[in-house]
Amino acid sequence: MADEYRPPALPSPFTNTTPAPTLLVQGAEAHLYKTVSLDPSIPAALKVRPSKPYRHPILDRRLTRQRIIQEARCLVKLVREGVSVPAVLAMDWEGQGAEESAWGGAWLMMEWVEGPVVRVVLEQWEAWMKKNAASLDETQLQKEEDRVRGLMKRIGHTLGGLHKAGVVHGDLTTSNLMLRSPAQDITDSPTGVSMEGEVVLIDFGLAGQSTQDEDRAVDLYVLERAIGSTHPRSEPFFEEVLHGYRESHKGTGSTLKRLEDVRMRGRKRSMIG
Amino acid sequence: MIAIGMEGSANKLGVGIMLHPEDGSPPQVLANIRHTYVSPPGEGFLPKDTARHHRAWVVKLVKKSLKEARVSVEDVDCICFTKGPGMGAPLQSVVVAARMLSLLWNKPLVGVNHCVGHIEMGRLITGATNPVVLYVSGGNTQVIAYSSQRYRIFGETLDIAVGNCLDRFARTLHISNDPAPGYNIEQLAKQGKQLVDLPYVVKGMDVSFSGLLAAIDGLAAQWGLGGEEAAKGDADKQASTVGDAQIIPETDGKPTRADLCFSLQETVFSMLVEITERAMAHVGSQQVLIVGGVGSNERLQEMMGIMARDRGGSVYATDERFCIDNGIMIAQAGMLAYQTGFRTPLKESTCTQRFRTDEVFVKWRED
Repeated sequence: MADEYRPPALPSPFTNTTPAPTLLVQGAEAHLYKTVSLDPSIPAALKVRPSKPYRHPILDRRLTRQRIIQEARCLVKLVREGVSVPAVLAMDWEGQGAEESAWGGAWLMMEWVEGPVVRVVLEQWEAWMKKNAASLDETQLQKEEDRVRGLMKRIGHTLGGLHKAGVVHGDLTTSNLMLRSPAQDITDSPTGVSMEGEVVLIDFGLAGQSTQDEDRAVDLYVLERAIGSTHPRSEPFFEEVLHGYRESHKGTGSTLKRLEDVRMRGRKRSMIG
Repeated sequence: MIAIGMEGSANKLGVGIMLHPEDGSPPQVLANIRHTYVSPPGEGFLPKDTARHHRAWVVKLVKKSLKEARVSVEDVDCICFTKGPGMGAPLQSVVVAARMLSLLWNKPLVGVNHCVGHIEMGRLITGATNPVVLYVSGGNTQVIAYSSQRYRIFGETLDIAVGNCLDRFARTLHISNDPAPGYNIEQLAKQGKQLVDLPYVVKGMDVSFSGLLAAIDGLAAQWGLGGEEAAKGDADKQASTVGDAQIIPETDGKPTRADLCFSLQETVFSMLVEITERAMAHVGSQQVLIVGGVGSNERLQEMMGIMARDRGGSVYATDERFCIDNGIMIAQAGMLAYQTGFRTPLKESTCTQRFRTDEVFVKWRED
């Protein structure tokens, strides 16, 4: 492997923040930091979209600018509509004063959400089940599966709220769903994995405003495939997402019908049956 | 054990012979030969003509490969063939040949998924253990990651493959199909400077190229850059740049043919690198393997390399011998399946145009 990896420098407003922002995740598109906003006691999430050196600079700036503005617009709209997403605190789409040479990327500061991402929750649950499922009796097994069903249903509800507000996410994976930790976390499950807490949608980097069934159905389809590919054991419970979604607001019928078409669309699928 | 692999899912006919030594030492490529059906500029390859080409060449190639590998028919353990996906008629002509050899020599058949062939060959050549795979060719565009004995598709094209997009734009510009349209676009793109604004379509982990192709075809028509007449200019320009005095034509903001090729490559490759990066972030992998014909494009390899470096990882790519469709990859994937006891009975030795990567049960990899 090459030299030790160093994340790109932070945008200028954050170079003097104390304590210094800590890098949490290097996502595909952005780096997520934990920092503070205004007062050291108020935690905040800072999303920096560094420039992508592999891309042509013109294309890079165009995409970065478009996406971060789009992201902020969607978040602001969703907060107003009461959908559970992090609120926007501040942003700069030109990054570092818009000087050509100093172009280090755009940034967006958001409310801090405390809690795990659904991917980790399901991974821990699946890992535990893989090891210990045999030791559970029928009722315990049923109870565990019901917990996952419940979580899936809540996810479906939240997605319904999102779509009702006229926004589509564009990149729904279990890494982009969080569970806001409740004040008191009590789980009586033998797995020790809590599935409580409000479902919060994060990372609107590919989101857009749309009320079309097509875009909504693609959203659901992307999530379905993400669950299928990363959580094979939880895949059978995806139906519950659709149940929750159906109950969330009126007019989901046509979206779910469209989902059937979208599923057929991937290339080179078997055309039998 | 020795496997013979036969590939003919598109315009390349390939025959390869692979040796997996009994003592467990690394597999050896004994022969890997290919013959390509090249269509005239401005045209694609039609299934019937391609099938005719394959039928005409398959016996010659098998004979030649056996000679090159210095093995006799008795040494061969199994005959591997491409079951799909691909173009119907070319696939069929190769499967008939494979079936015939199986009956003639009394050797078992092993049907192989073309995409899995690419992945296994890429893994063997580069030594990448568990990479995210970007499979890009004329017929396929997929981002693949291995999990629980399946090669799972994370993202793919929603319409045409990236290679098809490049090939068809080469047709618009009347660029030669020899040795490959994508290769000639790559060469022309090196002279491009101006980036033209093109649609950039990434939907989640998926990409789409058909609208982009329509847009750039439209630009070529608008600026009068398509067709046979404009293509003659490329040769003249190349001739005029020989020597020290380079003649730089006035552009006045008007894109050149090279600019369009450059912009097309920059845009589509950015889309591919982006979805690959997303898959890497999602599965937490640091390795990326590029396979398929478009994978031999050096600009794509370079862009992928920069992305991987920034993530603290590395890129694995192969050269045209193994990137572009070949017989040896079919032999390799077939051999792996054969060693786990997989056989394709004569009755089931069919081929299919639709055969998804994730349908194959990968018995030869653990966990």
